[in-house]
Amino acid sequence: MSSLSYAAPTSVDDAVKLLAGSSGLAKVLSGGTDLLVQLRSGRVKPELIVDTKKIPGIIGIREENGGFVIGAGTPGAVVEAHAGLTAAWPGLVEALDLIGSTQIQGRCSLAGNLCNGSPAADSVPALFAANAIAVVVGSKGRREIPVEQIPTGPGRTSLAKDEFILEFKLPPRPARSSDAYLRFIPRTEMDIAVVGCGVSLTLDAKGVCTAARVALGAVAPTVIMVPAAAAALIGHTLDADTLAKLDAAAQAAAKPISDKRGTIEYRTKIAGVLARRTAAIAFDRAAGIKNGKAH
Amino acid sequence: MAKSYVSATINGESSEFLCETQQTLLDVLRDVVGLTGSKEGCASGDCGACSVIMDGRLVCSCLVLGVEAEGTSITTIEGIATGEKLHPVQQKFLEHAALQCGFCTPGLIVATKALLDENPNPTETEARYWLAGNLCRCTGYDKVIRAVMDAAAELRGETVG
Ligand SMILES: Cc1cc2nc3c(=O)[nH]c(=O)nc-3n(C[C@H](O)[C@H](O)[C@H](O)COP(=O)(O)OP(=O)(O)OC[C@H]3O[C@@H](n4cnc5c(N)ncnc54)[C@H](O)[C@@H]3O)c2cc1C
Ligand code: FES
Ligand code: FES
Repeated sequence: MSSLSYAAPTSVDDAVKLLAGSSGLAKVLSGGTDLLVQLRSGRVKPELIVDTKKIPGIIGIREENGGFVIGAGTPGAVVEAHAGLTAAWPGLVEALDLIGSTQIQGRCSLAGNLCNGSPAADSVPALFAANAIAVVVGSKGRREIPVEQIPTGPGRTSLAKDEFILEFKLPPRPARSSDAYLRFIPRTEMDIAVVGCGVSLTLDAKGVCTAARVALGAVAPTVIMVPAAAAALIGHTLDADTLAKLDAAAQAAAKPISDKRGTIEYRTKIAGVLARRTAAIAFDRAAGIKNGKAH
Repeated sequence: MAKSYVSATINGESSEFLCETQQTLLDVLRDVVGLTGSKEGCASGDCGACSVIMDGRLVCSCLVLGVEAEGTSITTIEGIATGEKLHPVQQKFLEHAALQCGFCTPGLIVATKALLDENPNPTETEARYWLAGNLCRCTGYDKVIRAVMDAAAELRGETVG
């Protein structure tokens, strides 16, 4: 039988030492909703599992310097129950909340969703759009990097062997800012995104967009930022011309594959449609219209 | 490979067991502790037959390592009734014939208990979404939902005709 060891360190230093000292593959464990499935199927064969959940601060949400800090391993159900975070970042919260069932929500985390490296990971476009910063710890100390620098390909990240994510920092929100996430799936629950789209933006008092970030999921080997789609929004209200330009920019950025969930043509078209719908919800929310409806 | 020693509270009683790292909490409950009520339908988090409540949260025990149970408090289907007296959720599942083969039932009952602990007055839509991770191949869900709504009413002290 395999010789798989387990450790649940209670400090960052101990966790880093364990990861650095392991001679074979060492895997960080948060909620285990990806890792346990992969262990079972034999897709990953680690020698050591380092459970991070006992590290102080890795589960929980706090406010700091006007922004929110979310512990890397905080389960979806805990994030969703946080009223302040949900008010400021409804799109990020709804994206995480879309993951799996009630049971999965009891365990699934932002760090696991990001580091599992699926291009269709639901919370990742919202995290990218939010301009979130990952606080990464390792033998060389602590570094803060934009989340979009973490995934490098399906199942791959830029993190070194002895590194893991401790927490995510969300920037302070100017007035009239909000975000939204939509995914397209053929069912209503428990499915993997055909396309996902996250939009975060800020409006001025007249409803003109002054800042925007747009990210797409499931249309490339990683979740991608779409600067051209953001540029289509900035300086404009959400009129028909803006929507058409946004749609075109999203379609141009989409470089999907064909698989059982959708063909290249279908995914590309959906990328445009979702970008429009997601932006419309984010605009409404930023303007203070509750339950933002699609235009 | 040395086994890990784990101590947890299972259905209100302190419990100690030895397990290997790769054993899931479901494996441990069934094969080591001898609580075979929780079922393995898929072992991949999709079916909910293995649902247990861990430190107040509904989880799939097939997606938790046995070693992660250290220091936690776990409720399984065996801990839902009080002695011989069925919990209202169990009673309503029987009354409404909300089971056929019964394989999904332990998970559904634990999940329903967790729902009603958190939200004593769910709408039917809320109940359906909450239970979306509990698959049943037999009932078509309708009787399950009727049992859940009736159990909720009973637990709130309302009598439904
Ligand atoms: C039934 C089911 C339904 C699902 N539905 C969805 C869905 O709708 N949408 C979706 O996007 N996903 C879905 N998933 C996948 C999974 O639930 C998510 O990706 C989840 O967010 C993973 O988080 P976790 O904490 O469980 O990760 P884990 O399984 O603990 O870890 C996943 C990966 O990330 C690494 N990792 C974990 N924490 C860290 C850290 N702090 N630093 C660095 N690396 C880390 C691990 O080593 C591992 O490689 C589903 C899974 C199941 C079983
Ligand atoms: S056996 Fe755990 S969800 Fe199916
Ligand atoms: S009663 Fe047979 S699976 Fe639900």
